[in-house]
Amino acid sequence: MFNTIANLQIGEKAFIEKLCLDNIPLKLLEMGCLPGIEVQLIQRAPMHDPLYIKVNGSHLAIRKETAEKITVVK
Amino acid sequence: MNNDKVVKVALIGNPNTGKTSLFNQLTGLKQKVGNYPGITVEKKQGFCKLNDTVKAEIIDLPGTYSINPTSLDETLVLDTLLNENNDTFPDVIVVVVDIENIKRNLLLFTQLKDLKIPTILVINMIDQMKRKGININVPVLAQKLNAKVVLASARKNLGVEELKSVILKYKELDTTPVSNISVKIDEGYFANLKKAFPEFPLYKSWLLITQNQEFDFLTENQKKLVAKFRKDIECIKRYQHKETIFRYKVINDILKDSFDVDKSKATDLRGILDRILIHKIFGYIIFTLILLFIFQGIFNWASYPMDVIDGAFANLSSWTKVVMPPGTFTNLIAEGIIPGIGGIIIFIPQIAILFTFISILEETGYMSRVVFLMDKIMRRFGMSGKSIIPLISGTACAIPAIMASRNISSWKERLITILVVPFTTCSARLPVYAILIALIIPNQRVFGILNLQGLTMMAMYLIGFAAAIASSMLLHNVLKVKSKSFFVIEMPNYKVPSIKNIFYEVVEKTKAFIFGAGKIILALSIVLWFLASNGPSTFKNAEKTIKAQTENTAISQQEFQKQVASYKLEHSYIGYMGKTIEPVIEPMGYDWKIGIALISSFAAREVFVGALATIYNVESDDDNNSTIKERMTAEVNPKTGESRFNFPTGISLLLFYAFAMQCVGTLAIVKRETNSWKWPILQVVGMGILAYISAAAAYLIFS
Repeated sequence: MFNTIANLQIGEKAFIEKLCLDNIPLKLLEMGCLPGIEVQLIQRAPMHDPLYIKVNGSHLAIRKETAEKITVVK
Repeated sequence: MNNDKVVKVALIGNPNTGKTSLFNQLTGLKQKVGNYPGITVEKKQGFCKLNDTVKAEIIDLPGTYSINPTSLDETLVLDTLLNENNDTFPDVIVVVVDIENIKRNLLLFTQLKDLKIPTILVINMIDQMKRKGININVPVLAQKLNAKVVLASARKNLGVEELKSVILKYKELDTTPVSNISVKIDEGYFANLKKAFPEFPLYKSWLLITQNQEFDFLTENQKKLVAKFRKDIECIKRYQHKETIFRYKVINDILKDSFDVDKSKATDLRGILDRILIHKIFGYIIFTLILLFIFQGIFNWASYPMDVIDGAFANLSSWTKVVMPPGTFTNLIAEGIIPGIGGIIIFIPQIAILFTFISILEETGYMSRVVFLMDKIMRRFGMSGKSIIPLISGTACAIPAIMASRNISSWKERLITILVVPFTTCSARLPVYAILIALIIPNQRVFGILNLQGLTMMAMYLIGFAAAIASSMLLHNVLKVKSKSFFVIEMPNYKVPSIKNIFYEVVEKTKAFIFGAGKIILALSIVLWFLASNGPSTFKNAEKTIKAQTENTAISQQEFQKQVASYKLEHSYIGYMGKTIEPVIEPMGYDWKIGIALISSFAAREVFVGALATIYNVESDDDNNSTIKERMTAEVNPKTGESRFNFPTGISLLLFYAFAMQCVGTLAIVKRETNSWKWPILQVVGMGILAYISAAAAYLIFS
C-alpha cells in the first residue's frame, strides 16, 4: 500500500513523493505542496475530514480525497 | 488642483497579510467601493497624497495566493493586470507579504514581477520580527529580486511614509523579471510563444494561454493564436507544474542568503488554541455559543437604538405635518419620504452589530477554523465548509452573503449556497416577525426565564435554517451540475483584531447597505404612497359618494372623514391591485389590505410594516396618534367579526415571509453572480410555492 498524507498519524512527518496534476489542483502546489518537501499532519477534523497539514511553512486544510492522492515517503 | 498627477497603485497580496490594514493606513476614509463589498470581494479604491502635487489612487485587489485564479474574485486580479487599456491598469504594483509566510508569499511576487510592471515589495508585520526570531537582510533581498523592498507594519503605521516615497519614484524601478521561466521549462516552446506575441512580455503571453477564460481585449488574430496554444492542454498543465516548482527553487535560493529564522523563539499559541477551537466536541460547543452570543447581541443591544430611531421618525413625521402648510407636498414628505427613510435607518444598528461580529471572527482567524470544522457536515448537503460564512452573513442581508460565496471554488457547491442563502432570516424579515409575533403570541414567560415571544423569534430563525438545509439536500440530489471540486484553505495565524480595520469594514458595509438597498426601500415607499393616495374617478368622487350614502343619517364630522378615507383607499390604484389578488391570497387568510402589503414587499420584505402603516395611516384621521400595532389589533375581519390579525392569519403570514423570495436586490445579485436568469427565477417560483402551500396549510390547520 502506498503511503499518502491521508494515512499519516497525527503529528507525523513525511516527504511528499509525487502529486499528479490531473487530480491535484495547481493551487495546492502554489501554496507550497511540492515534491520533496516535508509535510506534517497536524490534526484531523471531526469525522476525519478535512486534514490540517503543515507544509513548506504554510498551514493548510485539505480534504481527505485530495490528501489520498498525494503519496509520501516516511 | 485638478491637474495634479495621479499615480495608479495596485495593492496585491495573499489573504491574511495585512493588506487591508495597509490600505486603510494609506487612504483613511477616502475610500470608495463599487456596489456591494465583501471583505475581499469588490474592487476597492482610495486616494492618498504622496506629496504636495502628486496623488496616488490605490486599488485594493482581492487577496490571492497566485496570479492563476481559482475563484471569481481572484480573476479580478488577473483581469486588472493583463489589460493595459483598462482604466484600473496600475502604474505600479505594491505586493504585500507577511513576514512569517514570506516563502509562499514571494511566489505571487515573482509572478507579478515577470509582467514587467514596476513592482514594490512590502514586507509587513515587521513588529513581529524580534519575537519570532526572524532576521532579514534587506539589501541582499532587494538586489536578488531586482526590486525595492520596504519593511512595514501597517498596524503600527511603520514604513508607510517610506512606501509613499518609493511609489513616488516608480519610474525608476527596475522591471527585470526575477526568474527566467522559459529557459528552465522548455526553451523552444517559449521561443514560439514569444514569436506569436512579440508585443507582450513573455509571462503575460504565458498567462493568456494558460487561463480557462476569454480575454475581450485581444484582437481576433491574437485570440486565434491563443486558441491554438491552448489546444495542447496536457503540455500547458505540465509546464505550469514545472513553473511552480521552479519558482519555489528560485525563492529558496534567494531566501537562503537573506532570510533566517531562529526556531527556538517560536511559541505555540496556534497549537494550544487549535486544540481547543477545533476539538471534536468543544469546537462545536464554542461555535454554538458564539452564534448564540451574536444573535443575542443583534436582538437585545440593537433594540434600544431601534426604538429611539422609530420614535424619532414618528415624531418627525407628525412635526412636519404641524409646521408645513397642509397639501399634497406635505403629505408626500410626512407620509411617504420620512417613514421611507426611517425604514432604512432602523436597520443600521442590527447590520452594524452583525458586521462587527463577522469581521472580528474573520480578523482573528477563527472563521477558517469554523470552515474546517463544518466542511464535512456541509458537504452532506452539497455545500462546502466555506458556505458557513454566507449562511451566517445571510442573517444580516442575503446580498453581501451571496457575494461572500465567491471564494467557493466548486461551482455546484457555490450554486447551492447561493440558492439557499435567501432562506436564512435576514434583518429585513425582523420587523415583520417582530410585529406579527407581538400581535399573536402572548408576552409571557415559560419556565420562569424564557420569554415566549423571544422563543418564537428563535423558532423563526431555526425554520429559516431548516429550510435552507432541506432545500440544499434536495438540490444536491437533483442538480446535475458537473464541477470538479477541490478545497484548499489556509489556516492563518491567530491575531488580535485591529479595531481600526473592523471600524472601516463596518462603516463601509453599512454604507453600502443604506445606499444600495436603501434606495429601493425609499423609492418604493414613495411609489406606494402615491398609489395609495391617488386613483381613478371613483377615488376623486369619494366625498360626494359618502355624502350621498350618509345623507339621511346623522354622523359626526370625524366619522364622515373616516369613511371618506376608507372609501378612498379602497378605490385607490393600490386598492384595486389588492382587490385583484384577493381571491388568490384568501386561502392564506389575507384580505386585500394585506394583499397590498404583500405586493409592495415583493420588492423588499421590510416594506410590509411600512406598507401597512401607510395603508392604516392614510385611512385613519389625522390626529390619531395610535401606533401601528394598535391599529393592526383594531382591524376586524368583516366575515368572522374577529380580529384580522388573529392566530391563524399571523402564523400564516410568518410562514409566508419565512419562505417567499421577496427581495429584488437579492434577485439582481443572484442573476449577476450566476450569470443567468434561470436561477433567480427558480428561486422565485420554488420559494413562492413553498411559501404559499405552507401558509395556506397553516391557516387551514389553525382556524
